[in-house]
Amino acid sequence: MTTPQIEEQSPPRDSIPKQRLTIETSRLTKVFPGGTRAVDALDLEIEDGEFFGLLGPNGAGKTTTIGMLTTRVVPTSGEMWIAGINVRARQQEVKRIIGVVTQFNTLDRRLTAWENLYHHGRYFGLNRSESRREATRVLELVRLEERGNSLVDALSGGMQQRLLIGRALVHRPEVLFLDEPTTGIDPQGRLALWDILLQLHREGQTILLTTHYMEEAERLCQRVAIMDHGKILAMGSPDELKGSVGAETIMTLQAEPITPAFIAALKGISGVHSVEEGPRGLQVFAGDSRRLIPQIAETALTQDVELSDIFREHANP
Amino acid sequence: MTTEAATLRVRPRYPLPMAFIQPFMAMMERDLRVLRRDLVPFLVRTAMQPFLFVFVFTYVQPKIGAGAPGFQDVLVPGLIASTVIFQGIQAVAIPLVMEFSQTREIEDRVMAPLPVWGIAAQKMTFAFLQSLLVVLVVFPLVYIVPVNTPHLDISPLVLVTIIPLGALLSASMGLLIGTAVNPRQITLVFALIVMPLTFLGAVYYPWSQLEAIRWLQVITLLNPLVYLSEGLRGALTPQYGHMNYVAVYAGLIVCCVGCTWGGVHMFAKRVLS
Repeated sequence: MTTPQIEEQSPPRDSIPKQRLTIETSRLTKVFPGGTRAVDALDLEIEDGEFFGLLGPNGAGKTTTIGMLTTRVVPTSGEMWIAGINVRARQQEVKRIIGVVTQFNTLDRRLTAWENLYHHGRYFGLNRSESRREATRVLELVRLEERGNSLVDALSGGMQQRLLIGRALVHRPEVLFLDEPTTGIDPQGRLALWDILLQLHREGQTILLTTHYMEEAERLCQRVAIMDHGKILAMGSPDELKGSVGAETIMTLQAEPITPAFIAALKGISGVHSVEEGPRGLQVFAGDSRRLIPQIAETALTQDVELSDIFREHANP
Repeated sequence: MTTEAATLRVRPRYPLPMAFIQPFMAMMERDLRVLRRDLVPFLVRTAMQPFLFVFVFTYVQPKIGAGAPGFQDVLVPGLIASTVIFQGIQAVAIPLVMEFSQTREIEDRVMAPLPVWGIAAQKMTFAFLQSLLVVLVVFPLVYIVPVNTPHLDISPLVLVTIIPLGALLSASMGLLIGTAVNPRQITLVFALIVMPLTFLGAVYYPWSQLEAIRWLQVITLLNPLVYLSEGLRGALTPQYGHMNYVAVYAGLIVCCVGCTWGGVHMFAKRVLS
């Protein structure tokens, strides 16, 4: 790889006790004016060095969650901490230790690729020579060393996306927030981006990513939370969420309203044998539970059914 | 809770003034780089309108036997004032409208470790300095171009206080308009704000002579540019009469405070939800 100096210069992560929480939220809630409950009493714990994914459809509350954690959205209630710092109380300190990639391209169009990185470093307190060095390092990391002098508009979409991620890394943040980083990027660009993100993760970077692609969450994340209507419906490693191939699985859903159309749509999901109304909710029997939860969530969304919970039981433990 | 362990990792905390000054100055450095790069277009854009105006009305017209005597004197304070205000709209408001909507650049600037009001203050500070630069560009133009050199009677104390107030007014109006307007309304900004402001801003006539049209004289008191034009008129060409200084300073200060308050408030409202 092109970044041998990372190991030497990174904050001494090894000296930090592992398994510490980098992100923690407690009953975090956001109700927008007009009454939309975008995030509903969210409890989240993300460990140091973890690559964590929030998976869900549009409107699930993923972006609002990132907005609150990155100080842009003011929570209605609840608390949150990043590296032990209370986000609501100490915003400027939190901003110094996070890197944020929003859904929008927010690059500085009047600067070149290298200058975007250099000035970002300066905003975050690096002195001139440090910032120059970091800008060059990051340019290599995101594989744009040939394009350092190009103005932003001269770069392709995939390059701009890599530059956006690079910019968020110049000040070596404790946590990298990525809000749907691969939406709208061609498949090749997506693979290049995945490579970079996996490399960062190997080097110990804590990452919180949102996506609506199960495939992306599977490829990248150690743990995934499936989110809808501001709540976490299920959480676990991608394998746990998928279930082991071929195992008989029963999913129990709590949903409202349960309509015949919804039941029919659930039966249409590949791998689903039958759907029955049981005492604890709607039970979905499936042979192959791979991608079952996201597909159930998506079906609920398209049928305009509100899912309040999904849990999984193995029929043959 | 994780607080105790986590403090180990928190980077050295900047003492408070540096925590503010450092990112603030870093943003100034970025703006300066962009300005240096665009210096020629900036100067051309700033100078063209006032240059053509003095050229046509104080060079061409006298040469062809048209035009009013003494108009070159009236235009010196008027054109400096209107160019400074126009600068605030062109160099602050319009880019800001774009940063909020199309380029979304503001969303990145807000992630820098500076409170939201600090980012607004930085935008205003740079606009303030740019407006001072504009004065340096326009003044020689309106003085040198006319056939008959303007007759100036300079009051230094008034001049050195009015010019910074004018630059501040320009910066704060730029911030307010830039945060209050959406991109679809930009063309309306020119029709509904820039045009009435400049044509009715005591730029081309001394405000005191509006006594002949009393209702207009009263209505134009709502125009912030009037106070700046009249203040500069007092500082440069008092022989044509000018608004009472108390009214000039009071008007400028009220407009600056009002626009700054409104601009910062709107700015915060636009970036936080």
